Amino acid sequence: MSFIKNITVKPWERKGIIGGLRPVGTFDTAPEKVALVFFLVVASVVFSLFTVSYIIRMELPDWRPLSDPAQLWLNTGLLVISSILLQWARTIVQTEARKHLISAFIGGGVFAILFIAGQMNTWQDLQATGNYINANPATSFFFLLTGLHALHLLGGLWVWSKSSIRLIAGSKPEEIKLSIELCTLYWHFLLIVWLAMFAMLTNT
Amino acid sequence: MAYLPLADQEQELHHPHSWVTKYVWSQDHKVIAIQYGGTAIAVGCVALVLSLLMRMQLGFPESFDFIDPNSYYQSVTMHGMIMVVYLLTALFLGGFGNYLIPLMVGARDMVFPFLNMLSYWVYLLSVLILMASFFVDGGPTGAGWTLYPPQAAMAGTPGHDMGIILMLVSLVVFIVAFTMGGLNYVTTVLQGRCRGLTMMRLPLSVWGIFVATILGLFAFPALLVSAIMMIFDTLLGTSFFMPAVIESGTPLDHNGGSPILFQHLFWFFGHPEVYIVALPAFGLVSDVLSTHARKNIFGYRMMVWAIIAIGGLSFVVWAHHMYVSGMHPYFGFFFATTTLIIAVPTALKVYNWVLTLWEGNIRLNAPMYFAIGFIFTFIHGGLTGLFLGNVVIDLPLSDTYFVVAHFHMVMGVSPVLVLFAALYHWYPKITGRMFHSGMAKLHFWCTFLGTYAIYLPMHYLGFLGVPRRYYALGTTDFIPQSAQDLNAAITMAALFVSASQLLFFINIFWSLRNGKKAGGNPWGSASLEWQTPDTPPIHGNWGDELPTVYRWAYDYSVPGAHEDFISQNTPESAEPTVDEQHFDSDIDQPLAGV
Repeated sequence: MSFIKNITVKPWERKGIIGGLRPVGTFDTAPEKVALVFFLVVASVVFSLFTVSYIIRMELPDWRPLSDPAQLWLNTGLLVISSILLQWARTIVQTEARKHLISAFIGGGVFAILFIAGQMNTWQDLQATGNYINANPATSFFFLLTGLHALHLLGGLWVWSKSSIRLIAGSKPEEIKLSIELCTLYWHFLLIVWLAMFAMLTNT
Repeated sequence: MAYLPLADQEQELHHPHSWVTKYVWSQDHKVIAIQYGGTAIAVGCVALVLSLLMRMQLGFPESFDFIDPNSYYQSVTMHGMIMVVYLLTALFLGGFGNYLIPLMVGARDMVFPFLNMLSYWVYLLSVLILMASFFVDGGPTGAGWTLYPPQAAMAGTPGHDMGIILMLVSLVVFIVAFTMGGLNYVTTVLQGRCRGLTMMRLPLSVWGIFVATILGLFAFPALLVSAIMMIFDTLLGTSFFMPAVIESGTPLDHNGGSPILFQHLFWFFGHPEVYIVALPAFGLVSDVLSTHARKNIFGYRMMVWAIIAIGGLSFVVWAHHMYVSGMHPYFGFFFATTTLIIAVPTALKVYNWVLTLWEGNIRLNAPMYFAIGFIFTFIHGGLTGLFLGNVVIDLPLSDTYFVVAHFHMVMGVSPVLVLFAALYHWYPKITGRMFHSGMAKLHFWCTFLGTYAIYLPMHYLGFLGVPRRYYALGTTDFIPQSAQDLNAAITMAALFVSASQLLFFINIFWSLRNGKKAGGNPWGSASLEWQTPDTPPIHGNWGDELPTVYRWAYDYSVPGAHEDFISQNTPESAEPTVDEQHFDSDIDQPLAGV
């Protein structure tokens, strides 16, 4: 039932049990997934507002565009591989198989760690060339946005590490299916955010 | 994969084994609600004392050595921020949201009890960080509750070093806590409802809290973003908001930042924040009015739509707080228009509350006093909002006491009256005891008349042109001596109203032991939270079996029913048939002859 149809019924007219076991309007999915989707919306709002601030601040005369650190291309590749591996793990676990599951899931996290290491390397390179956080608004935004993105990824890695331990300890695929699905969703979201930020940071 | 609805899953509850896990590290939504409520009210009392300091200075300037300009501005700032964020938001959503959502949707607990517990402790941390700013060098920030840069970070502002940092960090921590709680509330309303409970059978309290939570999830990020960037500006020397400034003849390191950008971000949060507080209040007051008027809420669907419409519109009115920032006139015109538009669904709600009372079987219990009092103060504060929503009227009034009067009527007194209505209304369910009715009614009259004595004269001061934000007025030609006399009277009223709040505290603590036993449903309420097998509800709320809902939450005074309400979990078969219905014999007789 659509949302509009849902909120136009006249509740005083109809008595009795409406719907089956499931109350009308609930989503046919795990509550954890509903909460994660809401969280992704919240995180999108955060990143969007930073983007708006970035665009407004960019218009002011003291803005000096940053020369694109080449390392970012490599880092982007690492994050793409990380997402692909997690997607692979998700596909495997959906068929309730186990083969390659551990390597795909653990591999996905390891590449995400490599991505963060790459980002840290980029920050060091920038500082080595005098591009400190307060050198210019473009640099400030670079550190702020990449740092915030890395922080989100670290949060994901915390959940990933807990799931990995369960997986290695021998949890059955069906027990861990939801965790893997949610990790994958979160990873894809952070990849999309990164690609958007990467495009913005390198083109302005 | 099809998921079992939560209501039908054997939910694994976290059963407490010790006093500590039951009352301190509790995962029970009811205990967490009381923790949230207690903390919010405690910190609110701090803010109340701060407001008294301000009033004493304004009423009797140069009489108190312990209030200087710095402590005055620090009091203003901390009073505002604590009241809006740490009291009202936390009490409505963390307190009432936590207590009422699982009970009203027929669930055993929130969907994520551990996250819920975490939310409270992180909230407490944010409060402690904020309170710590009273004890650091320079004291708390005195930048005004809006924390506008560059002033907030400049040497002339009290608390410009540690105070402002602690305030910003505390806000960031608060937002983390709110997000954890908010995800819980939204998911519980969507996924945790019991069998038969459609969204349109939810009490308006749940609707108000639900939509306010969504607003919060979307609006708090703006505060988060501005707080983070300002922390960077103050601590790391960036220039997101800080322009090139010369401080005491020395140029600061900042260059080129945009203070107006901060204002936009702040108010993109700040205006929805008004409705984050108001929508739960709208919902709660609707339920109190309907129950004590023994009548279904007038226009239930309209009320739901109005809540949703207000929620949506609240995101496109923020710049009406910035008319004096030098914005483009067309920009101001747009925001004036949206501000007038949002008054439509808001007015609709007011009409519906009044029409709910119309020909109701009104029972003037203490919660009803507060609920009806709210209608008065809200209409009053709402109408002055229409004045200020218009650019040409706002410009001369913006910096005067008219604004103080307006937002205290609409954002201060009105939600607080609803809080008291709700606290008295649900007190018997929370504690199992009745409060002292006479004391509660005396509390109402002192609060209601007292707040009018405070804020009504402030409108007049505003028209006189008395500026707000001033530590002392000094001698100014256009401000007559009578304004000072009025200020003294306002201060006396404020002291009286504050003291009268002791009636509330005495009442709720005294009644805990000495109140009459309340029984399960003392008001004869139809909604689900009054139908629990135990009062106060025990861990798990519903005993062996979850309730099933057969009707909406407002079946009051149904013709022919045995009682003047039918609870939501009463099956159709338990309703009286026409034959059983009692008719007055005088009317029956002529019909019998036909």
